[in-house]
Amino acid sequence: MKKTLILGALTLAGLAATAASAATVDDVKARGKLNCGVTTGLVGFAAPDANGVWEGFDVGVCRAVAAAVLGDGNAVEFVPTTGKTRFTALASGEIDMLARNTTWTFSRDVDLKFEFTGVNYYDGQGFMVPKALGVSSAKDLDGATVCIQTGTTTELNLADFFRANNISYEPVPIETNAEAQQQYLAGACDVYTTDASGLAATRATFEAPGDHVLLPEIISKEPLGPLVRHGDNNWGDIVRWTFNALVTAEELGVTSANLAEMSAGSNNPEINRLLGTEGNLGEMLGLSADWAKNAIGVAGNYGEIFDANIGEATSIGLSRGLNAQWKDGGLMYSPPFR
Amino acid sequence: MSDSSKNSIAFVRTEVLPELPPPSNATGAVRWMRDNLFATPGNSVLTIAAILVIYIVLSATVPWMINGIWNSDSLSQCREILDGQSGACFAVLAERWNQLLFGFTYPKDIYWRPGLAFVLLFVAVAPVLFFDLPRKLLLFTAVYPFIAFYLIWGGSVMVPLVALAGFVAGAIVFLRLIKNSFAVSAFGALVAAIVVWYAGGFLIPEAEITEGAMRSIPSRDLGGFMLNMMLGVTCVSLSLPIGIALALGRQSSMPFIKMVCVVFIEFVRGVPLITLLFVASVMLSYFFPPEATVDLFLRVVIMITLFSAAYIAEVIRGGLAALPKGQYEAGDSLGLDYAQSMRLIILPQALKISIPGIVNVAVGLFKDTTLVSVISMFDLVGMIRGPILASTEWNGVYWELFLFAAVLFFVVCYGISQYSQWLERRLATDHR
Repeated sequence: MKKTLILGALTLAGLAATAASAATVDDVKARGKLNCGVTTGLVGFAAPDANGVWEGFDVGVCRAVAAAVLGDGNAVEFVPTTGKTRFTALASGEIDMLARNTTWTFSRDVDLKFEFTGVNYYDGQGFMVPKALGVSSAKDLDGATVCIQTGTTTELNLADFFRANNISYEPVPIETNAEAQQQYLAGACDVYTTDASGLAATRATFEAPGDHVLLPEIISKEPLGPLVRHGDNNWGDIVRWTFNALVTAEELGVTSANLAEMSAGSNNPEINRLLGTEGNLGEMLGLSADWAKNAIGVAGNYGEIFDANIGEATSIGLSRGLNAQWKDGGLMYSPPFR
Repeated sequence: MSDSSKNSIAFVRTEVLPELPPPSNATGAVRWMRDNLFATPGNSVLTIAAILVIYIVLSATVPWMINGIWNSDSLSQCREILDGQSGACFAVLAERWNQLLFGFTYPKDIYWRPGLAFVLLFVAVAPVLFFDLPRKLLLFTAVYPFIAFYLIWGGSVMVPLVALAGFVAGAIVFLRLIKNSFAVSAFGALVAAIVVWYAGGFLIPEAEITEGAMRSIPSRDLGGFMLNMMLGVTCVSLSLPIGIALALGRQSSMPFIKMVCVVFIEFVRGVPLITLLFVASVMLSYFFPPEATVDLFLRVVIMITLFSAAYIAEVIRGGLAALPKGQYEAGDSLGLDYAQSMRLIILPQALKISIPGIVNVAVGLFKDTTLVSVISMFDLVGMIRGPILASTEWNGVYWELFLFAAVLFFVVCYGISQYSQWLERRLATDHR
């Protein structure tokens, strides 16, 4: 079997060994598919359903970009990556963009030579405790045992937080989220700490979610966003502004329900520019005039994607919080379409 | 006197009494229990403790299994149906069995293809495992890899045909030239195979087949237990010959060959498998231009094969070392050359001795195939840990899924172990 595979692989390699051109957007168009890196599975953010169709919050970003470039939100090849393989997959060109709840940090942006094109979810490290513990603030946690994933930034954040507040804790090191869930439920620790979205998703799977509360303190900044490689600014612009289009659409009240009506032309010039009935924004990006309309048409605007995958109506039940529009006191703020 | 003597003994039995059954406490279940379970006070305590443990385990698991829910759409629905009772949520298996077996991207309408390949695997393997079967069946075994490749990956039928033609051409050249010298014939065979493959490359249609029953499936769409089976079968069957070659090479008197084999074996054994897998998936993609990489499945097969070949080589070296020196000298004194004495005298005995060790490596290797989940290939464990536990419906179902994985692996590994025990009895390696 090995030899046949070598043969097959060599044949395929020969066929596919066209010189890699510099412009990612041309590669994507020639291929007819966007290669988008996602996680191997994170509740609400990316996971295939029973029919093998990917769905989730990060998946929504991939589909929007595919629709903007190719006009079809299903023209995506989802490449599952682990925390360890994601950056090499992007750097080696195996994927065109990465939308894998990746925290935007200085060293990833500068040292690893990637370009973060925005923040689609503002996360932060939180605490979950059983209601029976009677704790209402993380500052009351003096002397608590804390389940913590080893080798993560959360471990360091936790130490900083307790030191800054001059209280003590006893760490219970664990390897994975699944293990943490079991340990916490078995009472091996009083507190479980990780990203707040992860805590909410974990709590949603408990038999009695109401018996556990998330404490109000968020002790770190975890801006999660899509990223691309350094060196292809046009492609970075496409990903950045596709995401901005989703945010702007929510701000301007463009939804999947009224998209057709709005794109016929409206009195608001910014909506007209966004949806391509006025101006030539699409042309500047090297895309069709209705690129943003296609992107919004896949699953609606930012707010709709949020509500459908991780919002309060889902079992994960995250509130908008920091991820609300700037007008509503959140951080979602898109530069103008002009 | 005769009277008195007659009457002095009141009764004389003239026939033997029928045997009475032994007393009830020295027979049957009671006796067995006295002997085996309650022989001493210490044993009795241990027995009672063991029974207690078994009771605790069973009383927790049996109702959990019997109460199991097979029909539900999500974990929360399971819990509603159970209404606080203890019970398994097997509905996840009922809904996702196909993903667990075939991965989540393999098209549902062509599950019959890997299924057929799996059934044919038994036909192909049977003549290798059971040497009472007609030797002509080995012909099918030789062709099977190409059939399986075609069934699982699909695409143009020319790919496996050209590959097969290359091997056949190589074999023919080899047999023609073998009388001259081994090196010349091996080199000639290689050239012939490459020529056929190169020429055959033009016969392979460039367009991918994307429709119909035999459409081509990219490697990244493979997954589930199918992937474990494919990796396990391919790597075990490839690493056995490579391992034998390495073991012989390590014993060789030619310093260069010996050094290469020693360095290879020691290096590969000194590196964790997971490191090799990361090299296969991450490092190699830096060395190839994008879009022209070697298939990930192939890279992983090469790495696992090299890894297990090094282990098998050491096991076989143990077998070779166990043979008395007289066996080697016997071969020499009969005037056999190196290849003949190895093939006819040394290896049959060494391999017999090595069977338990080889099976040990094979079982370990099969279970190690689950490590590919760390390089984002969705084998059985990868499917469970990734997509299924990350779906909103099934997040939180651990026992049921991992129990299912354990059952599948146990069936295969126990089967391998039983076969090896049969083989050992059959070959009677201890000469008793």
